[in-house]
Amino acid sequence: MAVQLDARPPVVPAPRHARSPRGSRLTRFDTRFSPYLYIAPFFLLFAVFGIYPLVYTFWVSLHDWDLLGTNPTFIGGQNYSQLMADPDFWHSVVNTLGIFVLSTVPQLLLALWLANLLNRQLRARTGWRMAVLVPNVTSTAAVAIVFGVLFGREFGMINWMLDLVGIDAINWKSNRIASWVAISTMVDWRWTGYNALIFLAAMQAIPRDLYESASIDGASRARQFWSITVPLLKPTIIFAVIISTIGGLQLFTEPRLFHSGTNAIRGGPLRESQTVTMYMFENAFAPHYNFGYGSAVAWLLFALIAIVAAINVLVLRRLGGGGRKEGTR
Amino acid sequence: MTRLWSAGRLTYAALALTAVLSIFPIYWMFVVASRTSDAMGQVPPPVTPGGNLGTNIARLFANTDAYFLTGLINSAIVAVSVTVSVVFFSTLAGFAFAKLRFRGSNALLMVIIATMMVPTQLGIIPLYMLMTKLNWNDRLPAVIVPALVTGFGVFMMRQYAGQAVSNELIEAARVDGCNTARIYWNVVLPALRPAAAVLGLLTFMTTWNDFLWPYAVLNDPENPTVQLSLRALSDGYYQDMSQVFTGTAIATLPLLLVFVVFGRQIIGGIMEGAVKA
Repeated sequence: MAVQLDARPPVVPAPRHARSPRGSRLTRFDTRFSPYLYIAPFFLLFAVFGIYPLVYTFWVSLHDWDLLGTNPTFIGGQNYSQLMADPDFWHSVVNTLGIFVLSTVPQLLLALWLANLLNRQLRARTGWRMAVLVPNVTSTAAVAIVFGVLFGREFGMINWMLDLVGIDAINWKSNRIASWVAISTMVDWRWTGYNALIFLAAMQAIPRDLYESASIDGASRARQFWSITVPLLKPTIIFAVIISTIGGLQLFTEPRLFHSGTNAIRGGPLRESQTVTMYMFENAFAPHYNFGYGSAVAWLLFALIAIVAAINVLVLRRLGGGGRKEGTR
Repeated sequence: MTRLWSAGRLTYAALALTAVLSIFPIYWMFVVASRTSDAMGQVPPPVTPGGNLGTNIARLFANTDAYFLTGLINSAIVAVSVTVSVVFFSTLAGFAFAKLRFRGSNALLMVIIATMMVPTQLGIIPLYMLMTKLNWNDRLPAVIVPALVTGFGVFMMRQYAGQAVSNELIEAARVDGCNTARIYWNVVLPALRPAAAVLGLLTFMTTWNDFLWPYAVLNDPENPTVQLSLRALSDGYYQDMSQVFTGTAIATLPLLLVFVVFGRQIIGGIMEGAVKA
């Protein structure tokens, strides 16, 4: 994200002729303090309900802290060492990363392809754009329930279609990889069109004459796409990857409602698709209310997000640099 | 911009396929919602609407596990309050950042951008403890108050105010004796209306959809948001799928209506935000 911070507007001056000394003092007070007054609500509310809880999570994670919290005992890193040896936690980390890769990679590639299609002289332009965006404006919970049925073992439509082409019914809810695929499909369905519109916007900002001179030089349409479009889209792609990382690693609603019943928070009978956020929820809220342990899960997830985001950015920088070298003639 | 590439038959075919895949799950939701519950076991699965929608709606609203009507009303209250608040505070702060000069404004703006990257969802455990202290557990303020401001909103309004509000207009208002509050209300807010509307729509949809935090803090089954009603329906011991799908269809309907009416503006907002961000 390149934010132009230097382009400050010229100062809006105070009135040149104030009507009375008292008025001018009021005016000075107004121009000096109003800006702070206007931004204060954001900072106050975000501090209390955004930052404070996040930081306090770390403090809680150093304690044996239950629902009543009357007498939390300081236990240092014990929750963390217990987590490190907790197979269910690592299981959820692997699930989260698996679902993340399966959903993000095809999603961004498809979005790129779709944006390339939308970036043409189309009839009913807005109609197509709305059609690809509509999954994004549906209720996440509703969609998760619907996909849970589409991927049903006995009567699900997906298995029925697989049966038509001679593939045996897949148990999408209790086969680990299959459940990742099903949940990733849901995530892709929801976010591909959204990302396509983001990429489309960036594509439209690329000057046309770049393509014209490339085609004069005899570059094919595909060559132009990989050598001009993709490198110039790099900042947008990095932005989309970071946003997908932050959202994807915290995935909760889709896997939670893909399963139903009393133990759905476990993400299947053997935790086949329990994500880290689900594991945090399972420990921190009903019925366990183990706030300390849940908070440790939250902080490790926070660390995981930071690490994966950093790796993504590094890898993408490297890739983009190579692409440009190839592209110059 | 000069001419675009032309779109061939293949382009339209690919787009049509994408559109079908996009719309089908939503369409199918309404199909099942309008049929009897044995639609689930049929081979091949039905793909046309039936005539049972009215009965399903009646049974859904009478279902004593879901409190669906309460859920709808609660979601409306929450989404509308949050939307009004986010739009108000975002335009106010966005105006200050774009048009008023004050010490520390650049640094504070960077803080706001940074907040957009913070996974605040990971703080829900202390947030839950805070709500217990405030005695807001199981009550709507618990889901409204933490959502009253967003960094995204402030940033979006700041970007838009920079170009949409002219400095001459503000200066003229000052010379006429307007104080800053009146300038905000009479000059800036009207100029920000198109972008504020998009922000409002996006905020409404996000809030209507919110699941994790309401699920954590609203534990009283008699006082859910509509998404929690859906969860109750879906997790029920006896699953009547046509009833569950009626619920999902009704919970999706307000979003679809907003999208059909304001789709062009929403698309414009998303794409403009992408270029500027």
